[in-house]
Amino acid sequence: MGRVVLVTGVSRDLGGRFARLVDADPAVERVVGVDMVPPGGDMGDVRFIRADIRNPVITKVIAKEDVDTVVHMSVIATPGTGGGRTSMKELNVIGTMQLLAACQKAPGLKHLVVKSSTAVYGSSSRDPAMFSEDMAPKRLPKSGFGKDAGEVEGYVRGFARRRPDVTVTMLRAANALGPVADSPMAQYFRLPVIPTVLGFDARLQFLHETDLLEALRQATTAGVHGTFNVAGDGVMMLSQAIRRLGRPALPMPSFAVSSVGSMIRRARLADFSPELMEFLTYGRGVDTSRMRNEFGFEPDYTTEAAFEGFRRAVGPGLVSAERVAGFEELVAGKLGSGRG
Amino acid sequence: MADAEVIPLGTFGRPGRGSGSARPSAAARNLARGRRPPRPAVQNATTERQQAVQPEPVTTSCTAAHDREPAADIPAGDWLGAISTASKEVFGEGWEPRLAEFLAFLRRRLTGDYRVDEFGFDQEVTERFFLAAIRPIAQKWFRVEVRGVENIPVEGGALVVSNHSGTVPVDGLVTGVTIHDHTGRHLRALGADLVFRLPVVSEIARKSGATLACAEDAERMLSSGELVGVWPEGFKGIGKPYSERYKLQRFGRGGFVAAAIRTGVPVVPCSVVGAEEIYPLVGNLPSLARLIGAPYIPITPFFPLLGPLGLLPLPSKWLIEFGEPIRTDSYDEGAADDPMLVFNVTDQVREAIQQTLYTLLMQRRSVFH
Repeated sequence: MGRVVLVTGVSRDLGGRFARLVDADPAVERVVGVDMVPPGGDMGDVRFIRADIRNPVITKVIAKEDVDTVVHMSVIATPGTGGGRTSMKELNVIGTMQLLAACQKAPGLKHLVVKSSTAVYGSSSRDPAMFSEDMAPKRLPKSGFGKDAGEVEGYVRGFARRRPDVTVTMLRAANALGPVADSPMAQYFRLPVIPTVLGFDARLQFLHETDLLEALRQATTAGVHGTFNVAGDGVMMLSQAIRRLGRPALPMPSFAVSSVGSMIRRARLADFSPELMEFLTYGRGVDTSRMRNEFGFEPDYTTEAAFEGFRRAVGPGLVSAERVAGFEELVAGKLGSGRG
Repeated sequence: MADAEVIPLGTFGRPGRGSGSARPSAAARNLARGRRPPRPAVQNATTERQQAVQPEPVTTSCTAAHDREPAADIPAGDWLGAISTASKEVFGEGWEPRLAEFLAFLRRRLTGDYRVDEFGFDQEVTERFFLAAIRPIAQKWFRVEVRGVENIPVEGGALVVSNHSGTVPVDGLVTGVTIHDHTGRHLRALGADLVFRLPVVSEIARKSGATLACAEDAERMLSSGELVGVWPEGFKGIGKPYSERYKLQRFGRGGFVAAAIRTGVPVVPCSVVGAEEIYPLVGNLPSLARLIGAPYIPITPFFPLLGPLGLLPLPSKWLIEFGEPIRTDSYDEGAADDPMLVFNVTDQVREAIQQTLYTLLMQRRSVFH
């Protein structure tokens, strides 16, 4: 008798790919996907049930399908097509509460995996260089995804106290980047000219999307209790990332960035939220030694490699590495030949 | 003896011996034929040169306006040839690999092809720009004299604890350069959170290897084997009035000692003499400082009186002495959580620095040399 896994948020790109990945695992008997809208792509053998996790119908789904593992992937960072910030917050917080209420009523449940985010640590000037799992944020995220994720984590901790028999794994993932994934960060890096905060250079960590899926798969099958930071090794500076993309950066004072940010948001070029701006000012780093030692996960991609994968998918910008190298050769060659 | 002949001595700048004429005498000209005479005077030399040039046609001179070609007509190859010759003149024979290296450096910077560590430390830009900019200030302006460099461990984690003074934290930068030049190690500074709140300052601080002065970061750096610098007096130290110079202020809560004990690294006391005099702080505007959120607003004898000129630090002579390391690896497990022990070690470090400061002040002949 294999495991029966329920995946929420399966119509989103990462959710769908995760459902297929975990379905291929021999230890898993079947996978049930839940979302409000049908998935766009091919879902393989994954059974899709159209349900809103914000209402109690999810209890019935868990009971009827005899689910023993719930993977909660619908804590979302982008409002997406389904409305604005209000519905995003409702989906994140009320959805999680409802899902956890359903889980609490399911006696057969053994594992709960929640995809959270390193956004729960917030970003501020008083941050330590590297957050480990037991550190509290220096300044609580006041709005947006970070706040949602923090609240979701609070409910999950409450659930873990009430159901000590369930193994609860919470993964705080760094910004996932890769050829496919779409996130506020990816949208930001796709802007033709990238606005940055003058006088600040954020430290960034990235996680390749396949590493994120692999970490979730391992959390589902291995079942290690606890909260873990998941991020690629190493750190990149924001300026460095923009240079690698070969796009021009446009540094401007922080008050100008916020107004430009809201303009970009209104023009639907990218989801430039106030908390993203804070992140781009101070950056954030997380310590991943617990992921390595206790969770036993080793990402295939470093931060730089994950970014490189994303860069290749995006394509070169105005000041691409090739052009700069070409210019260097031109200058060096001309000077060399001119010597004679 | 009324009509005694007056024989003038010297020529008074004129050719010939007292002839009074502007032209050399015929005899003199005959003597000079074939070889250049040693120039007796400037005036003579110019006249001779004019004479020498005049009979020749002006074919070789390209300075004549009608001879000069417009710059655009000179082929690019000639330009580059000229540049390369000039570079050789200026930078010496090895200019070409150096230029290539510089171009490669530019390319790496432009394309982001470099590494930073997890604190954001950018070694390349630190060595090429920040240290290179501060080095002449340390060596030429403050004429830093260093003692006890052998007390800095060559490898492994260590905590350099220094006094803090000078209104503007120049002493931290100079200590960093000095340590790098003598040991090749980078001093990783622990900075106040104000440093990381300010634009530009925070960016440079992170890139030059500093991080926030908190227990987590200090322990993380020390356990990864870095040489960490801390100035426990903080703003109390740099913002103290000139009358209290070389009197150590309170050493915080001893958090740095706890971090050293936890990671078992030695504490190297560092005493800097000379930094107190660079901007003598004679006044402060506490209410205005509170208003804008600064720790203090300095008034020195020259600032703001002389405006930007008052920002020039006085060229005091600096002495930096590194004392004998204080070992912390002999304490047992929970020692860092024993407040009495932490206070004792903190006092020991403080005493060591204060005593060295007094000794150095006795040895110093004057403030400026």
